[in-house]
Amino acid sequence: MSDLTRLDASETAASVAAGQVTAREVTSAHLDRVNQTDEQVHAFLHIDRNLALAAADAVDAARAAGEPLGPLAGVPLALKDVFTMRGAPTTCGSKILDGWRPPYDSTVVERLRQAGVVVLGKTNMDEFAMGSSTENSAFGVTHNPWDLQRIPGGSSGGSSAAVAARQAPLAIGTDTGGSIRQPAAVTGIVGVKPTYGAVSRYGLVAFSSSLDQGGPFARTVLDAALLHEVMAGHDPKDATSIDAPVPPVVAAARGELGGVDGLKVGVVSQLQGEGYEPGVQARFDEVVELLTSMGADVVEVSCPSFDYALPAYYLIAPSECSSNLARFDGMRYGLRAGDDGANGVEQVMAITRAEGFGPEVKRRIMLGTYALSAGYYDAYYGQAQKVRTLIRRDFEAAYRDVDVLLSPTTPTVAFPIGERADDPIAMYKADLATLPSSLYGGPAMSLPAGLGDEDLPVGVQLMAAVQRDEQVYRVGAALESALQERWGGPLLDRVPELVQGGAA
Amino acid sequence: MPALHRDDIAHLARLSRLQLTDAERDHYGEQLEVILAAVARVAEVAADDVPPTTHAVPVVNVTRPDVVVPCLPRGDVLSGAPAAEDDRFRVPRILDEEEQ
Repeated sequence: MSDLTRLDASETAASVAAGQVTAREVTSAHLDRVNQTDEQVHAFLHIDRNLALAAADAVDAARAAGEPLGPLAGVPLALKDVFTMRGAPTTCGSKILDGWRPPYDSTVVERLRQAGVVVLGKTNMDEFAMGSSTENSAFGVTHNPWDLQRIPGGSSGGSSAAVAARQAPLAIGTDTGGSIRQPAAVTGIVGVKPTYGAVSRYGLVAFSSSLDQGGPFARTVLDAALLHEVMAGHDPKDATSIDAPVPPVVAAARGELGGVDGLKVGVVSQLQGEGYEPGVQARFDEVVELLTSMGADVVEVSCPSFDYALPAYYLIAPSECSSNLARFDGMRYGLRAGDDGANGVEQVMAITRAEGFGPEVKRRIMLGTYALSAGYYDAYYGQAQKVRTLIRRDFEAAYRDVDVLLSPTTPTVAFPIGERADDPIAMYKADLATLPSSLYGGPAMSLPAGLGDEDLPVGVQLMAAVQRDEQVYRVGAALESALQERWGGPLLDRVPELVQGGAA
Repeated sequence: MPALHRDDIAHLARLSRLQLTDAERDHYGEQLEVILAAVARVAEVAADDVPPTTHAVPVVNVTRPDVVVPCLPRGDVLSGAPAAEDDRFRVPRILDEEEQ
């Protein structure tokens, strides 16, 4: 095989299962690619070559012994550094956890192992998943493979950059307000936030517990579905895990549930037009036309409460974060500072947290503490939860009439590194279109829609009703194939090669 | 929305267990005011008759079978501790001098 890093995950798994290539060869090829490109991209915080090769060898040994292989056996994956995994550090992009080695596996990691997926390493992220650019990491910025001077999105920017740079065909991220979909959009790949509760949060370090959800990154809709199926499913260790069968996402991605002919697609009036870059709007309008030409019944849908998603989100998420991050107190794990024998426990905690947390985390902890404090609770947190109800009602009303909702994923293409670093409100606006479905809890996918301003990727967002994840895969797969026919191949074929003088 | 004074930020920082310098207090104070002004818009909608939503997909009364399972080995748990002593976490004193 010429270049193993160009194969999709499904092709790789098939080749390994057929014995055309070993999992060790596939893993080595991707580790080499990381070596060649990560000085420029900085997608990974931690790589353990031996650990990855050992996982690959286990797959090869299982195959040699005639044991049944999982659907993604031997496929390399980049894991966001917010999931615990024994044998590797978990930092969450924070100095406060620098060097911490968790004593247990997250459920997601356990499922990856069972499926034979090979974890290459842990990827960079905004500290505790708070941000839209990965600039809030304590361990340096990650660069967008399309333009190294630009952000790869966030908070799962290391994972999106790894897939776009062909360091891994698959990656896992988490999405609280758009942290999978926005990075996928700005790096030209597929990213899915499953229905809230579909993927176990056990071993996922909590930011905003009522919103956090793990999900897949991939180069194709089918690959994302295969990983979705491996990750999802009921877990008794997570009380919010959905105790119901995983929707048929793989069948949907293979087109077995049908295409878009006759499907009703709603275009959300509130998530387009003003505030959306011309290049983004143009690609979006083309997708709408394309869907119509494919036989979908496209209608305009108004969801007036979506205008309040951003303020509601930036009260709910910081409130939950202020409570969740109280556990980082320097007592049982992680950094401890100021423990000189004279300082009492409260001072040691305050010094530890001052040294260990970065500015955005501090801002959100204080904002959440304020919103939850006596006298302000009703006006801020209480009111935001009511807005959440209104947003849910808008979605429920829409899904009585349409099968999926459609919008651009982000208002702009990837912005330059540093541009919004100390302007929280400008940064928050990157999530304008992704926040509503986070607050509602339904599944949502970002899919490449073409290149916008400055020849940078634009994403289109598909949203569906709670527990109807197969709908976004069904429409996503049909749209992907129609768009690629128009482009003459995958969008990612146009990403810069990165390796100096490297041949394809 | 009330203006955030330096004292308010100091109070918030104390509740948040964050030690801040004077310069940081001023900087965060300005930024928090801007953010609070932007998010206060939630008051424009959602009247009294709208119930709050706490969770996207509500589940109730989740329990597991009451079976004893082993916990993590002590060594594993203490392996990440910033300070340990006699098989326990060692922590700074929890009472001030005058309280002792």
